[in-house]
Amino acid sequence: MGRFSPRSLLLGLAAPLGALAFAVLVCAVILGVTGHSPLDTVDAMVSAAQRPRTFVNSLNSATTYYLAAVAVAIGFKMKLFNIGVDGQYRLAAMLSAALAGATFMEGLPSFLRVALTVVAAMLVGAGWAGVAALLKVTRGVSEVISTIMLNAIATYLVSYLLNPARLAEDRPGSNNVGTRPIDGGGQVAGLEIPGSSSQLFGLVFLAALVGFGYWFVLARTRFGFELKATGLSESAAVASGVSVKKMVLVSMLLSGAVAGLVGMPQLLGSSYSYSLDFPPGIGFIGIAVALLGRNHPVGMALAALLWGFLDNSSNSLDVAGVPREIVGIMQGVIVLSVVVAYELVRRYRVRAEQRDVGTALGRTKTAEEASA
Amino acid sequence: MTAGSSTGARHASPVRRARKIAPWVYFLIAVAAVLVLSAVRVLAGATDLTSSGTVQAALTAAVPLAMAALAGMWAERGGVVNIGLEGMMVLGTFGAGYAGYQWGPWAAVAFGLLLGVVGGLLHAVATVSFGVDHIISGVAINLLAPGAALFLSKLYFADAPGGGQKQSPRIADAPKVTVPGLSDVLGTVEGKHWFFVSDVAGVLRGLVTEVSLLTVLAALLIVWSGWVLWRTPFGLRLRSCGEAPTAAESLGVNVYRYKYLAVIASGGFAGLGGAFLAVSSGQFRDGQTGGRGFIGLAAMIFGNWRPGGLATGATLFGYTDALALRGSAAVHALLLLLGIALVVVAVVQYRSGHHVLSAVAAALGVLFGYWYFASDEVPAELVGAAPYVVTLLVLGLASQRLRPPRMAGEPYRKGQGK
Amino acid sequence: MPTEPAAGGEPAPAVELSGITKRFPGVTANSDVNITVRAGTVHALVGENGAGKSTLMKILYGMQQPDEGQIRIGGVPTAFGSPADAIKAGIGMVHQHFMLADNLTVLENVVLGSEPRAGVRLDFRAARERIREISAAYSLNVDPDRVVDDLGVGERQRVEILKVLYRGARTLILDEPTAVLVPQEVDELFGNLRELKAEGLTIVFISHKLDEVLSVADDITVMRRGTTVASVSPREVTSRQLAELMVGSALPVPELRDSTVTDRPVLTVTGLTVTGADGRTVLDGLSFTIHAGEVLGIAGVEGNGQAELVEALMGIRTPTAGTVRLGGENITRASTRHRREAGIGYVPEDRHRQGVLLEATLWENRVLGHQTRRPSSRGALLDLKGAKADTERIVRDYDVRTPGIGVHASALSGGNQQKLIVGREMSADPVLLIASHPTRGVDVGAQAAIWEHIRRARAEHLAVLLISADLDELIGMSDTLAVILRGRLVADYDPSTVTPEQLGSAMTGAGRED
Repeated sequence: MGRFSPRSLLLGLAAPLGALAFAVLVCAVILGVTGHSPLDTVDAMVSAAQRPRTFVNSLNSATTYYLAAVAVAIGFKMKLFNIGVDGQYRLAAMLSAALAGATFMEGLPSFLRVALTVVAAMLVGAGWAGVAALLKVTRGVSEVISTIMLNAIATYLVSYLLNPARLAEDRPGSNNVGTRPIDGGGQVAGLEIPGSSSQLFGLVFLAALVGFGYWFVLARTRFGFELKATGLSESAAVASGVSVKKMVLVSMLLSGAVAGLVGMPQLLGSSYSYSLDFPPGIGFIGIAVALLGRNHPVGMALAALLWGFLDNSSNSLDVAGVPREIVGIMQGVIVLSVVVAYELVRRYRVRAEQRDVGTALGRTKTAEEASA
Repeated sequence: MTAGSSTGARHASPVRRARKIAPWVYFLIAVAAVLVLSAVRVLAGATDLTSSGTVQAALTAAVPLAMAALAGMWAERGGVVNIGLEGMMVLGTFGAGYAGYQWGPWAAVAFGLLLGVVGGLLHAVATVSFGVDHIISGVAINLLAPGAALFLSKLYFADAPGGGQKQSPRIADAPKVTVPGLSDVLGTVEGKHWFFVSDVAGVLRGLVTEVSLLTVLAALLIVWSGWVLWRTPFGLRLRSCGEAPTAAESLGVNVYRYKYLAVIASGGFAGLGGAFLAVSSGQFRDGQTGGRGFIGLAAMIFGNWRPGGLATGATLFGYTDALALRGSAAVHALLLLLGIALVVVAVVQYRSGHHVLSAVAAALGVLFGYWYFASDEVPAELVGAAPYVVTLLVLGLASQRLRPPRMAGEPYRKGQGK
Repeated sequence: MPTEPAAGGEPAPAVELSGITKRFPGVTANSDVNITVRAGTVHALVGENGAGKSTLMKILYGMQQPDEGQIRIGGVPTAFGSPADAIKAGIGMVHQHFMLADNLTVLENVVLGSEPRAGVRLDFRAARERIREISAAYSLNVDPDRVVDDLGVGERQRVEILKVLYRGARTLILDEPTAVLVPQEVDELFGNLRELKAEGLTIVFISHKLDEVLSVADDITVMRRGTTVASVSPREVTSRQLAELMVGSALPVPELRDSTVTDRPVLTVTGLTVTGADGRTVLDGLSFTIHAGEVLGIAGVEGNGQAELVEALMGIRTPTAGTVRLGGENITRASTRHRREAGIGYVPEDRHRQGVLLEATLWENRVLGHQTRRPSSRGALLDLKGAKADTERIVRDYDVRTPGIGVHASALSGGNQQKLIVGREMSADPVLLIASHPTRGVDVGAQAAIWEHIRRARAEHLAVLLISADLDELIGMSDTLAVILRGRLVADYDPSTVTPEQLGSAMTGAGRED
């Protein structure tokens, strides 16, 4: 961890770049076989990349994806699989949107309103994740299963609450329903980017802050050390004075709290209401981004940008006559091939390191350990 | 080794034989269930609870769930967790749509199966050959499959007559069978609304009237799976890969091969589930599976990784689905049912000495009962959550009775066992 | 079927290994190994941990293939591509860690891989009959329809043996079969082995418990550093000679010089009782005191409560009764962290499980267990500089052989990992060190170094609880000796007068009169 020899850097990059190249190849073959020109596709994507608008939109998407990825990564560091980020952020966004749009909030100062909204979202996210955490520490229920169930329950709960009879209102002129719109005082202003009609989410800084916090806690604090140690070996952590149950509970709550933030940039920076068309499925994108970025704060940022770019460039593919759905295939292939690539690199690295130590010191390692 | 020494002189608990539940126990449970149902029907005035129409709808809804659950069971019995079921089902729905509108329902089933197998193969390559974490591979497949289905749907269905960018042209339905005579007789009895008798008649009538051959096929596959896995050497070997792969390896079982077969079969069953869904709803549509892969997983857990159990789970979840479709009076009665079930759990847990669990179960049971008596209907939006809530309750309140395959989800590499 | 006599009348050896060599990346596990196992005998293979016994047995059982050399079974040259080949040649293996599926029945476990069939079905009736037959023939007393999860350790081992016999094995390999057994189970096992031998079967018995080897084996082969160094007869050697053959030199003698025992009690344990998960009492009213500068050695056959004692003292397991006092403080209910901060150092028996994070760097492993204290941290923050500098110091002072402190612990040899652990635990100036098998599986050099470090700390008034299976280590290092048997301290000895034989009989509960 955290050593920068040329080889380790190269190995670190080999997996994501290899996976990317493989995904491009697969997509090129698919396009070729189905009678589309792969070159035109690349051309369309490259020219899209040069438009400031695509850049801003990609960055905006990446902000959201990054938060989701961090939420997932907190669990990953402890070998906990929070598949429930998806349900956590939707429930959190919905309830905090209802709070932020409520009339009694309109009298409050702007900063306080935004802060209250964000805190409420974090609490809801943490609370929903807390159900899974509680089931795990008291009953040993796998968090994978419980969060899958909680995702689905969240879906039904949101659709129940998102009803004019409850927390939502009809949108005149469409069959959409949403929470009461948040007025100017509860919004977070975007940043103007020259040459682009869309604005950069103001909460991009929140994402950066969360990323920094994630790095700092893991690399520099006792708590982060204990979290990683628990992930690497529960029994060793216990013998070192770490309470595993407490770590499970706290890390799951933290993961849920960050998941609660996922919907905030979109809610406070663009849609100002939680309605039926609020973007779904970001929790799963978060898993993909966390995997691609190897749970590393910078790696995940790059992965989120890539993901955001792929999403936003798909619009220009339609113009070029290429089905935009190819992007979905590409993203899927990237995830699958990157995890395979990381596994291969890991195996190679372990062998190389053992050989290094072996040659550096003569044979001191016993055969039993080498073969075990 | 500490683990070894702490069990150093462990005493065997009272002799427990390989547990087999006799058929008559199942029969008794079924009778008791119908009794409760009819009591609730009379109390709540919810005729739909045991009507043959509800049972038919429940069966139709249950079949894809049962196939997904069966798919999950095959994979996990072989030691591989497959949460990519949802994605494999999506592939199945597409395959069914593609072949179905051109060559009819049976071609749809075959193609759905085939595409499911492709998905399973992908999962097998990633998890078995490359040792990728099973959950991660499953998530990846769930991301990949809908994208691929949508891409292909645009390619093949957009210009087909009656198709669209996100849906296939119509697929002809599979043939349906009715047991002549019996259905009518049962219909008459059902119409009388006698306590218990009419309920039994309603349920039976639902089971013998207008039953799709796909449903029959699904039932056969469940029985067949149970037979293969628990009665043949092949099944024993496959299960041993999920329980103790290194032990299996030490006895000359080719673990990789059985894991591959298990996961491929799993993909096949998931694909079948998707195909059944597409055929019974008459076409492929984007987003058609709607989380059924996950409900299948839930049904598998509910069914304790066994065919009879998962069939029960799938039927139960299909049943709630059917009730939701048929209006809220019947759904409302579900609350009472859930409350009663929780009280039963509370009693059982109390008797086996788990007092805290018993108290929690009792409290939840009372809560559901209170909800029932204090309200007139259940919001339709919440009914769909029932399978998930029930599964969480089972996991939280009765998990000591569950026996998942010991090494499901664990990475395995040949020659690395200790 | 009886063993076929070879042409000359003398039966061909059941197993003959000649010139076996096996290399792994960066290491040679076996080189030029030669063993001849006479048919119908119990042949013991002894050697230190890491001497290459397990690799050799994996080769004989087809789990790994030799790079050079030849295997002859009953005089016929054979090559095994997989365990299936070995099984076909009549070789069976009883693994140290049982290879049983807990959720399956005995029957299913036994027939797996060679099931009797009726059509495509598994013929349960035939299987059941055959298992009952074998069970009766060798008095193994195994019920085919029990679920393995419900069986005790001894029963599981008999299922393993039955599994091997079911496959028609004529040669059984038993890998450290007594490691997990309590004494009466060991006796039963030896009874079974004699019965098997009487039926003409051949047994290869791997062990490093020399007393057991001497009592049960007909021939002994000694391995050291991956090769066979001697073949001896148990009638011609003593256990000490055997031990010296194993380590290749006169044994380093662990020895304390002058007594440093003070009268200041550091650890006072009174009536400590621990109940296992199955409700059985695993520690029964233990009481003892360790003073500053004193090493208390605990002797005992593994599985008699040592692991539970250590875990109860570390706060990993909660005792059901009794008190533990450290200095003046009652720490019976204290958390593991509190105990560590109060000055308990811990060298665990299984370093991979409790001692190190294999996939973390050496300096991160330095922090492990000391994350709340300087120089690893200041308040809630880690002190990276301090931790790394101190790791460098440990690597220097404790002679940890590594290219740097940035490599993962997994890359180090067991001995070097152990030196790192000992260095780490000593560096926080502990008042009490709990050392569980501190020199197990480490090479002789590291062993001597670790002993020296313990000796030095003792001179500076460290109290040490030493648990070991190595009687010479216990006698040489301890100021006071106690024997643990079935969760109780049954005897105290003065290490300056006790002999290993006396200790051994007390450990098995045999010689209570002395």
